[in-house]
Amino acid sequence: MSNPQQLRYSKEHEWLSAAEDGVSTVGITEHAANALGDVVFVQLPEVGDSVTAGETCGELESTKSVSDLYSPVSGEITEVNEDVVNDPSLVNSAPFEGGWLFKVRVTDEPADLLTAAEYDAHIAG
Amino acid sequence: MSSTELRRTALDALHRSLGATMTDFAGWDMPLRYGSERDEHNAVRTRAGLFDLSHMGEITVTGPQAAALLDYALVGNIGGVKPGRARYTMICREDGGILDDLIVYRLGGTEAPEYLVVANASNAQVVLDALVERSAGFDAEVRDDRDAYALLAVQGPESPSILASLTDADLDGLKYYAGLPGTVAGVPALIARTGYTGEDGFELFVKPEHAVEVWQALTKAGEGAGLVPCGLSCRDTLRLEAGMPLYGHELTTSLTPFDAGLGRVVKFEKEGDFVGRAALAEAAARAEQNPPRVLVGLVAEGRRVPRAGYAVVAGGEVIGEVTSGAPSPTLGKPIAMAYVDAAHAAPGTEGVGVDIRGSHEPYEVVALPFYQRRK
Repeated sequence: MSNPQQLRYSKEHEWLSAAEDGVSTVGITEHAANALGDVVFVQLPEVGDSVTAGETCGELESTKSVSDLYSPVSGEITEVNEDVVNDPSLVNSAPFEGGWLFKVRVTDEPADLLTAAEYDAHIAG
Repeated sequence: MSSTELRRTALDALHRSLGATMTDFAGWDMPLRYGSERDEHNAVRTRAGLFDLSHMGEITVTGPQAAALLDYALVGNIGGVKPGRARYTMICREDGGILDDLIVYRLGGTEAPEYLVVANASNAQVVLDALVERSAGFDAEVRDDRDAYALLAVQGPESPSILASLTDADLDGLKYYAGLPGTVAGVPALIARTGYTGEDGFELFVKPEHAVEVWQALTKAGEGAGLVPCGLSCRDTLRLEAGMPLYGHELTTSLTPFDAGLGRVVKFEKEGDFVGRAALAEAAARAEQNPPRVLVGLVAEGRRVPRAGYAVVAGGEVIGEVTSGAPSPTLGKPIAMAYVDAAHAAPGTEGVGVDIRGSHEPYEVVALPFYQRRK
């Protein structure tokens, strides 16, 4: 498993892309997807919603459990991935690509987001 | 969570080499899944799956009065089980509460009756203690055989052909709920046609030192038929679809078999007294005249998954509780088993929902099981 170098990560296992025109893409990591098992239901925030870093903004259900989805940054939702709503298995099959969850216009980000190397160490520890 | 105190089966290293995600189940470190639990589930429904069930608790009962002891200690008619056959039964408290559900295999000939009692891992000690206590005055021996067996299961429509290639035993003559001694891959095994998946299949009791070679032989024999290793996660969704109860969920000490809709396992007609008889007779009458709650199936109209402990609601009132819930791979929808008030238990009852973290999601009340294989 390799965590892409160009992304940043939260300790709650979300990834965040570099901003383009102030908008970043968010998903959950492969490590998180593997820990959940088959994801069967994804509840995402709605376009226009405000999200706050470190607070729940949705949920992910797998065969065995339901988990809160946290936003790694604060901002406004500009787009959600309807493909992953219709086919939640994308979270398992392509967590860093087709299984992305939402895009957010970032207004604030916490200081403790991790680099790929730091996240590798976080999940190894 | 400390894994150092967990018990490991004889197949532990093999599971790890297959990349299994392990989980603590009743104090055992068991495979939860190897890859996708949905794929494992579907393999058992359509092809075959291989399980390590060595956490199950085996207890052997022998002696001239072995049958009499079991007839006294359990609610079923064990004396009526013929050699080579098995029986699904329960062990209850004096107050009728369920201590565990069991499969009892009758081994040996008519000369020296021998019974293998298989208990749930979580209850094995409780069942062992109860059997020992209840054996006082009987000419019978109760033996803890938990460490004497590894238990492998091969389940699914392809399982007879896979197993047939590894054994000389007459599998065609082996009926559902029957077991016979034989060899599998050249080692001695008790071959039983039992399971917990709703499919045809076999459970193989072997010595722990033979577990790895039997597993590997089954894996090889099943290669062409699409057999995959399967973890406890898919075992749970398979049994749920098949409407089979799980101790700690549908069955508890606060319920009698009649409360659980399984009063048929209680055999009042058998000779002699048995533990719980008086309380169970009362429970039977109550269940017939004025059932408190009834075990039903629920099928989601939406996609949110009900979980054990969630409230079942109707008209804003709590009318029951979910005991098991999961996304059903076969139905493609979330399903649950739940105890609900009798007034809302009829299939098709309108207006029933489940409180999923504060939101009342609509559910259809259905008869169990959710899934039945074609015979």
